[in-house]
Amino acid sequence: MSILVIDNIHTYYGKIQALKGISLEVEEGEIVTLIGANGAGKTTTLRTISGLLHPRFGTIFLEGEDLSKYTAHEIVFKGVAMVPEGRGIFTRLSVQENLDMGAYSRNDKAVIAKDLELVFSLFPRLKERRKQVAGTLSGGEQQMLATGRALMAHPRLLLLDEPSMGLAPVLVENTFETIQAINDEGTTILLVEQNATMALSVADRGYVLQTGEIVLSDTAENLKQNEMVQKAYLGID
Amino acid sequence: MEEKPRPTWQIILRSGILGGGIAAYLCLVGLVEAFSERFLIGSFLTLGEVMLVTGILIAGLLTARELKDNKILATGSSLLSGVVSSLPLILLIFITMLFVLRPEILGATYNLRDMFVNLSPELVEILTLGQGLDNLALGILLLILLSALMSLLGAAFVLLPRRWSLGLISGIAWVLVIGIFSDTVSQIVRQVAGQGMIRVIFVNEALTPQAAVIIFAIAFVTGFFSVHTRIQTRWEGIPQTQQSRTRMILLLAAFGFLLVLPWVVGLFLSQALFTVGLFVMMCLGLNIVVGYAGLLDLGYVAFFAFGAYTMGILTTTGSLGRGGLNFWMAIPFCILVGVVWGLILGFPVLRLRGDYLAIVTLGFGEIIRILALSDWLAPFEGGAQGVLHIPYPNFLGIIFDSPQYMYYVVIAGGLIAAFVTIRLRESRLGRQWMAMREDEDVAEAMGINLVQTKLLAFAIGASFGALAGGVWAARLGNIFPHSFNLLISINALAVIIIGGMGSIPGVIIGALVLVGMPELLREFTEYRYLMYGILLIIMMLVRPEGLLPEATRRRELHTGEDENFEPVSQQPVGSDR
Ligand SMILES: Nc1ncnc2c1ncn2[C@@H]1O[C@H](COP(=O)(O)OP(=O)(O)OP(=O)(O)O)[C@@H](O)[C@H]1O
Ligand SMILES: [Mg+2]
Repeated sequence: MSILVIDNIHTYYGKIQALKGISLEVEEGEIVTLIGANGAGKTTTLRTISGLLHPRFGTIFLEGEDLSKYTAHEIVFKGVAMVPEGRGIFTRLSVQENLDMGAYSRNDKAVIAKDLELVFSLFPRLKERRKQVAGTLSGGEQQMLATGRALMAHPRLLLLDEPSMGLAPVLVENTFETIQAINDEGTTILLVEQNATMALSVADRGYVLQTGEIVLSDTAENLKQNEMVQKAYLGID
Repeated sequence: MEEKPRPTWQIILRSGILGGGIAAYLCLVGLVEAFSERFLIGSFLTLGEVMLVTGILIAGLLTARELKDNKILATGSSLLSGVVSSLPLILLIFITMLFVLRPEILGATYNLRDMFVNLSPELVEILTLGQGLDNLALGILLLILLSALMSLLGAAFVLLPRRWSLGLISGIAWVLVIGIFSDTVSQIVRQVAGQGMIRVIFVNEALTPQAAVIIFAIAFVTGFFSVHTRIQTRWEGIPQTQQSRTRMILLLAAFGFLLVLPWVVGLFLSQALFTVGLFVMMCLGLNIVVGYAGLLDLGYVAFFAFGAYTMGILTTTGSLGRGGLNFWMAIPFCILVGVVWGLILGFPVLRLRGDYLAIVTLGFGEIIRILALSDWLAPFEGGAQGVLHIPYPNFLGIIFDSPQYMYYVVIAGGLIAAFVTIRLRESRLGRQWMAMREDEDVAEAMGINLVQTKLLAFAIGASFGALAGGVWAARLGNIFPHSFNLLISINALAVIIIGGMGSIPGVIIGALVLVGMPELLREFTEYRYLMYGILLIIMMLVRPEGLLPEATRRRELHTGEDENFEPVSQQPVGSDR
């Protein structure tokens, strides 16, 4: 069953229209990727889903429930967590405090402890550096922490905005393995990426976004074979 | 970062001139002379002299600290830097002589004293150790000698074995503290031990020499044997259950001590304690707004004023009275009014950050004060005439007409405020505040409702301030608009900055230092804000996180020197999985 259904949303920044009628669906347990050039509207789509922006038209359903009447923090409570572009961690807090902060809305101590274990098993490096100030982590470690923090909210749907941005090639591969691992633990993922090759290798399905519109949608396998995608996003002539 | 060692002569010159400069500065602003009649011990050590030599002590201390690996070199150098530190003072003597006292020598046509009022004959007397201009050469020689000696004393703090220097420091510190606070201490002694004891310890507000020697000896011995770690290891040796029981007993003892305190220290000191308690209550509120939520509020006095006026109008027996409530019934209204105005003033500033927020709240504070002064509102709250005839609280027939009773009101209020603060800090709301303080954008992305979180900080903070205002009005009996000026906001802010942002013990220490001390050191009234300024500058340089900071806050100001950092094996991050 679809966990997320987006139906024809139009989002504006003042007079500038960033999304011109986007529709997409994410099934429970899937990894779905959203690829597109700079400024295509990927971040805008994620921010609209998480309630930080409000669409002028169109509706977003989370498990059949219309999200338009909820605010951003209520949507987090409904099980949607976002890792924003550019990492979004509390740079002056320690790693542990950042992770605790991710669970700020929860009371179930036992499950929190289990989630912490999960995060540490996904990112052993964070466990080693539990007490370190987050701002002094390396770029890759900060990305791990941002993802870990989002996982601490125990989301059903995880929105990742360019998790591989600015990482060394070894790390990029590692990042996508981790995304796969998170998904294997049962979390549904909507993944925004510039690195289409990697994104399509872990995703089940994908959507291609161009200047605020979806121009293509298919299974990841088929998209990889698509001529237009190969030319524009995979760097294959 | 390895620094290149400075040449020795540079260290000597630098510390000497710095120390001498401090001493000369204290002379120029008049502190040395102003306290040259304030005797600390018998009739031979004055507070002015202590101030004079403090600078020189620092010269020796700094020199010795940099050279402490070689004790002989360090001793010699600090002796020299003591001599150097007397140079600025000698310069002062000559300037005073040539441009104030004996202008005929150089034919100076103007009197420098018009500008520097403290370049007085008395200052020359003090600096030449009583020799004056007639025996100038001898006087200067004595000054150099004294400087060298004091510089050596400063060096001794660093160079002596740890136990000896601890003993020395604690001995000197205790004698000075008791000497400076002789007024306060003698009141306590009078309450506890009676008039006879006073005559043994004090003469004319100063310590008797024999008392000074005894105090020094006791403090020296305690300092000598107080090597901190030993108590700690012994404490850790005690079994867990016994530890918690001991802690419980200590806590009860502290509480009992708090309860009997006003009757031990007497009326005057109880008033000072009342003021400290009031500030603790108020600053705990400001601490929520500034320390927890990170919203810089410079108009906090407005809430204090709202509380005071609410109490005044609801309880006064004068013509402005409305409601005719008693103190206890009016208190909830004070809190309510604080919450409501916290929300009202919070709304317009929701979108502002940092410096903009500070300026706007500053404006609010002033607007409230001017409104309170205005003729327009005068029919309701008295305008410039203020609200008079506010009755004292009455509890089971006891009228709280002395600070010794009101002290209990602020203790209760302070405990409640501290309890609420602790519970809030550990609650979900506390985490939201922390997230917001750290980074509003990330907090928002995490799904924190910024509007609600900010408004709650304003409202809760305001309620503490209003509560303090209400208590204050009932203690004073009358309130006037001009009492609610910017200085109260600044004082409150300074208390939490000096004490340590976000920390409750910090707020208490801050209030004791910044509010309590000036009450006791009435002689310093004139210099109060000068002291404030100096203290703030020193704090910001030496301990920017405050005296007793919260852990996070300390880290923020010391990133890069992270004590928790554990180096781990250097492997590429990618090899983790
Ligand atoms: N706050 C804003 N105000 C005005 N315009 C904005 C704002 N944020 C984004 N836009 C515009 O909306 C469009 C979509 O931006 P968006 O950030 O969604 O792109 P993106 O697909 O995430 O790009 P990238 O891959 O570079 O992150 C862009 O043209 C951008 O300039
Ligand atoms: Mg983007």
